Amino acid sequence: MNVHYTGATDTPVRQITITIDGKEVSVPEGSTILTACNAAGKDTPTLCYGDTLTPKNACRVCMVELEGSRVLVPSCSRKVQPGMVVKTDSERVRHSRRLVLELLGSSVDLSTTPRIPEWMERYDADPDRYGERAGESRRRDVHEPGEHHAGDGSVADTMCQPIKIDNDLYVRDYSKCILCYKCVDACGSQWQNSFAIQIAGRGFDSQISTEYAAELPDSACVFCGNCVEVCPTGALSFKSEYDMREEGTWDESQQTQTTTVCTYCGVGCNVNLHVQDNKIVKVTSPHDHDIGHGNLCIKGRFGFSHVQSRKEDGDG
Amino acid sequence: MDLKFSNAEPFAEEREAIDRRLGGPGEGGWHGGERDEQDHRRAHTGHAARSRRHLVMEALHAVNDRVGWISPGALNYIGKRLSVSAADVYSVATFYALFSTNPRPKRVVHVCTDIACMARGSKEVCASLEKRLGPASAMTGWKHSPCLGVCERAPAAMAVEAGDPPHEHLIGPATVEEVVLALNVGPAALAAEAPPMMAVPQAGQEGLMLLKRVGRVDPESIDDYLATDGYAGLRRAFEMGPGQVISEVKESRLMGRGGAAFPAGIKWESTAKQPATPRYLVCNADESEPGTFKDRAILEGDPFALIESMTIAGYAIGAERGYIYLRGEYPRAFRMLRNAIERVRERGFLGADILGTGWSFELEIRRGAGAYICGEETAIFNSIEGYRGEPRSKPPFPFEQGLFNKPTVVNNVETLCNVPLIMQIGGAQYAKIGTEGSTGPKLFCVSGNLVRPGVYEVPFGATLGEVLELAGGVPQGRTLQAVLFGGAAGGFVRADELHIPLTFEGARANATTLGSGVVLAFDDTVDLSGILLRIASFFRDESCGQCVPCRVGTVRQEEALLRIMHNGHDAAAKGRDIRILRDVGLVMKDSSICGLGQAAWNAVESAIDRLGVLEESKSR
Amino acid sequence: MTVFGAGGGTSSYNEIEDADLIVFWGSNAREAHPIFFHHALKAIHKGAKVYAVDPRRSKTAEWADSWLGLDVGTDVALAYGVGREIIHAGLVNEAFVANASVGFEEYVAACEPWTLEVTSRETGVPAELIRQLAHDYAKAERAQLCWTLGITEHHNGTDNVRALCNLALLTGQVGRWGAGLVPVRGQNNVQGGGDMGAIPKNLPGFHDVGNPEHRAKFEHMWGVTMPPKYGLTLSEMMEAMDEGHLTSVYVVGENPVQSDADTTAVARRLQNLDHLVVQDIFLTKTASFADVVLPSTAAWCESEGTFTNSERRVQLVRKALEPPGSAKDDIEIIRLIAERLGHVWPIQTAEQIWDELRAVSPAHHGMSYRILEERGGVQWPFPDENGPESPFLHGRLWEKDPAKRGRLAPFGIIEHRLPVDKLNDEFPLRLTTGRRLTDYNTGVQSGGFNSPIRLGACVDISPEDMVRLGLNEGEVVRVSSRRGTVLAAARRDPGLRPGLLFMACNFPDEMDVNALTIEANDPISKTAEFKATAVKVEKTNEELPQESAVAETIDRDRPDKELATANEEG
Repeated sequence: MNVHYTGATDTPVRQITITIDGKEVSVPEGSTILTACNAAGKDTPTLCYGDTLTPKNACRVCMVELEGSRVLVPSCSRKVQPGMVVKTDSERVRHSRRLVLELLGSSVDLSTTPRIPEWMERYDADPDRYGERAGESRRRDVHEPGEHHAGDGSVADTMCQPIKIDNDLYVRDYSKCILCYKCVDACGSQWQNSFAIQIAGRGFDSQISTEYAAELPDSACVFCGNCVEVCPTGALSFKSEYDMREEGTWDESQQTQTTTVCTYCGVGCNVNLHVQDNKIVKVTSPHDHDIGHGNLCIKGRFGFSHVQSRKEDGDG
Repeated sequence: MDLKFSNAEPFAEEREAIDRRLGGPGEGGWHGGERDEQDHRRAHTGHAARSRRHLVMEALHAVNDRVGWISPGALNYIGKRLSVSAADVYSVATFYALFSTNPRPKRVVHVCTDIACMARGSKEVCASLEKRLGPASAMTGWKHSPCLGVCERAPAAMAVEAGDPPHEHLIGPATVEEVVLALNVGPAALAAEAPPMMAVPQAGQEGLMLLKRVGRVDPESIDDYLATDGYAGLRRAFEMGPGQVISEVKESRLMGRGGAAFPAGIKWESTAKQPATPRYLVCNADESEPGTFKDRAILEGDPFALIESMTIAGYAIGAERGYIYLRGEYPRAFRMLRNAIERVRERGFLGADILGTGWSFELEIRRGAGAYICGEETAIFNSIEGYRGEPRSKPPFPFEQGLFNKPTVVNNVETLCNVPLIMQIGGAQYAKIGTEGSTGPKLFCVSGNLVRPGVYEVPFGATLGEVLELAGGVPQGRTLQAVLFGGAAGGFVRADELHIPLTFEGARANATTLGSGVVLAFDDTVDLSGILLRIASFFRDESCGQCVPCRVGTVRQEEALLRIMHNGHDAAAKGRDIRILRDVGLVMKDSSICGLGQAAWNAVESAIDRLGVLEESKSR
Repeated sequence: MTVFGAGGGTSSYNEIEDADLIVFWGSNAREAHPIFFHHALKAIHKGAKVYAVDPRRSKTAEWADSWLGLDVGTDVALAYGVGREIIHAGLVNEAFVANASVGFEEYVAACEPWTLEVTSRETGVPAELIRQLAHDYAKAERAQLCWTLGITEHHNGTDNVRALCNLALLTGQVGRWGAGLVPVRGQNNVQGGGDMGAIPKNLPGFHDVGNPEHRAKFEHMWGVTMPPKYGLTLSEMMEAMDEGHLTSVYVVGENPVQSDADTTAVARRLQNLDHLVVQDIFLTKTASFADVVLPSTAAWCESEGTFTNSERRVQLVRKALEPPGSAKDDIEIIRLIAERLGHVWPIQTAEQIWDELRAVSPAHHGMSYRILEERGGVQWPFPDENGPESPFLHGRLWEKDPAKRGRLAPFGIIEHRLPVDKLNDEFPLRLTTGRRLTDYNTGVQSGGFNSPIRLGACVDISPEDMVRLGLNEGEVVRVSSRRGTVLAAARRDPGLRPGLLFMACNFPDEMDVNALTIEANDPISKTAEFKATAVKVEKTNEELPQESAVAETIDRDRPDKELATANEEG
């Protein structure tokens, strides 16, 4: 999609050849090892990687072994250099991916994160071996960095906390948050520039938060939903989806997705309408479209209700 | 920026404290000042307004110092003044342990519970304080603290009283009475801090190179400094020119003393070669590795030496500005450095056209606020720039894109303080000191159960046994149990390994590390598994939280140690937990973003494998 | 934009990312066009300097390096002042002016009276800021000049646009990558509607109704004779209704009773018609006056077709939902009406109709549905399916060869004329209107979701005026113009200066702003002067109304009103 003139002078891009698991693969200069892995058909798990965002390197699930490097390297951000020799399935890599999945699985509710069961099985991860998971904490919004209450090790500390529903548009269930920073980056200087949310606190007690954990309507949030768009785990979800999941009516197999153009101004953002039972249940935006790059404003994201209220009211 | 703030307004004293640091709000009401006629027609809100983000930490310090915590109104005001969103300011404020976003009393005493103090009775002090004052918490006025860098006087504490000016006072050895006095009457009522030379048992001895002035000069007097060879190094550097300075440093084979042992000359050279300008020099004075206090000895005892050293380094790499990133728990070092910078500026050693050379250089001190991770070289950049002290991914390396994304040299205090010596005697001569692989003099932070703990200067090559001997060995009637090298991120060695040469290559050959020069001795009275747990707890607290291996791994490591200690009888369970420790340790080492996570398992691993500590762990 | 020979933004959104200077003149893109503003933000983070020219210190102005808070309706004066400063500072791009323009001498003469001092006095903008804008704009490597309704919704909106075009011509800030003029359209398909001939003077594909050759093309294709007469603009229709020439009206997807200026007058006119047909997805206020209401599908999600955006990009609109009840696609409704009128048109898909357009519009000729699908939209002109796209227009003006350069661009010699609705002792305050982030037009669409950041019906007042009027936030005030009165809650806005008020136009049911606005139209575009109304404000104890002022004065239920669908009629 979207092959548009960029104004840059058309210098041919050099191909870089590296070795992945013993086989050579060539990708354009400036590509990441992840791109090369994809080109080589190596399925690499990723969580914090976002196709519209600068890699944050936070989740460390895409690590690979790079010859000559003391430590493993994140494939999602490390750029290829000629002659690199990469292993994606060595004992070290498998161990690292297994542990990252276990550490996340033992501390975060991954029930709505795509592909988790498949990866857990592939890497033989056992997130239950760290013991029973600690129950809900009501203190995660109070930040005292450098302090924690150490128990006796009988329960595994978790992100578990009360769900935040403070508006009608989206829901924040931080028990499902892996702290990948994608929502922060989407809200911040990479896209929306509203800076309504950030990481607060430190270490394991970190938390995505507004200032003093203010409710979203009182914060700088403009409800563009661009954070929800990039959330990889379902920690952020649209209220429409959340409600249907609660009711048990959410069924992706019964949904269609149609790309059309937003009706609200002359910019022409593309919207993906997710429709179930002839009702729009969610609006996303194509990440590879160079008007919006997956971003919308509040109207494009949530301004679809009028179409269906019309039906309910018989107002046609 | 179209920022949105809540209606919370700052109290007058908060506003005043912030304005004093940032300057007044200037014309108009758009950045926190009073709205005037001009605001009806004009506003300048763009790049200039947004270019002051780097002052966020300074403004937070100003408020925290004045009132003891950061209220929503003060936070809003900082955001408005610096064009930073409230959530952003909050995220910075909640990253640093010395800042509080919850109300707390003006007087707080931070009582060190870290490993060096643990070996010297901090547990007992805390137990008594708990009886007198109630459990440790900001509201009861006393808190547990990680290493305060006063290990030679362990157990240590830091008393703080917010106000104008704030009072900060390092206590050591700390007694319950002093802590209570500091809380009830204020830190001003405490006896004066021990003089800087007390940290250096060798003070005054002939032949010292790095510590030669400590205890012999008034650290606040530039005349004393000049009378003892001060600025001879800089004058020599000016004679040589920048290229020659770098050549000499390369020839000296000076290795970084902060822990990573990277050749300083190569770092300088690769930075100086970068075409991008301006270039920056950062002095890493965020000495926070538990058991480390050597930089404090220099900063308090010979602060001018660091200023001169940085001026030489700045000259060599063509920097316009240098920053000293000083840990927030070193109040006296801060005062000494601030004085030194003012004095040298008066004499033309700093500022515009230094000594008539036409070259100009500025130095600024930035205070940390209680975050071990800020000793990581890229976390320092983020902290100075006004962000959370989260390490950056490398590459790019600091010499390419460092502070403000410009080419930057980061050197430790001790590393830099070798430079005037190299200038004076030449790189070749310097390289003759020490061993082939480890040149020059070296400072060791010798602490724990020893007769004369302190900072010791020896030429590289001395053995562990010799250094312990300098410090008087373990007290009579006790036996040495183990020695920790390099602090929490380092490794243990056994009491029968005193032959290990304290050189980079010697440590490597013996499968351990010198790290930042910590030599922490534990005698037979110390419960080593408790020390391990404290180390695990330290890493859990100090992990920045950015990457999963470290953020969750440090928690799982602590939990596994707790289970082993509480349930040591169950051999099968212990086996599973040691398995967890090894698995988690490996992923932290292999896949963490920075050195903190990569080293978070070092000490535990060495304790298990080298000392067999957990094998002996008993149910208690 | 007829200055350069084609009615569309000259640049692509991506180009703004490479600009080093961006001027938002009468555009609050941060709120009104948030995703366009994302592109500007990329440039800002790369270091681009931003100017905002706006009576309000809008959210866009909050991102600007410099905000010029001019008086409402003094844009032409300011542009002249900027132009004169560029000329006198020797910053004119002389080669470009010589090669690409005509009328420079006259323009210089027209600028001459507008010294910095005179301009400053007329506009209220400090002279130094005018000087800086002039110098920065002229010296920029690549400057983007963006505007929206703040420029066009004036009695002299067309003059305003020409004034801005003059500046681009003077400095060569057009026709190059990153340098251009960008009118950001307020509605999804304003650009496309015009391109398709929904302008009184045009036929689809930029053909002139008055040009016999152009007409012949269509006459040949459709086998009919086309009337050579231009149609009426909206405001001309209003006049014609007043004069009784226009007695039957067919409204498609518009809500003039709430969206047009001086709504009381609009309602009266519609009520007096012989026959009113309204085709809409809702029973709008306008539909409540209709004799026949034709329920249609929501164009953006219940039917197929194309929209053209502000960067001239034609994009496919796709059907995601089945329309409710008996609502029909616009294409089908028109076909059925034609059938009633005795013309049996074939049933055609949106794509077939598009291909018909492609046959007559060279600018769209290459845009098959396949290409539109593959590329995620294509920018016109795109005559050849295999040809390159044109990210920016008017590159020809930079050609060395005069033949390739084509028609030269004329400087516009225009007059500065203050808003029609004059301030006086009785109506001393200037009211300007606009859109907020969360709301849209008359709110029939955006009102459907519960926005946590919706401010609702309120009037924004400067802090000084709040004090002067003895107002606290949330208190009710009576805002009156020479035409009407509304009640609104007072809201303090430091972005306003004393004497300036702002109201959002998105809540006509609660607060009919357009009962206040003036129907003073631009003589060329016929856009009404929504942005400049003279009003007074009084504190009141009245309650905020639930119904609009219109509803109070007009009988909604005309006896002969007939709700019907095309289906039922048949």
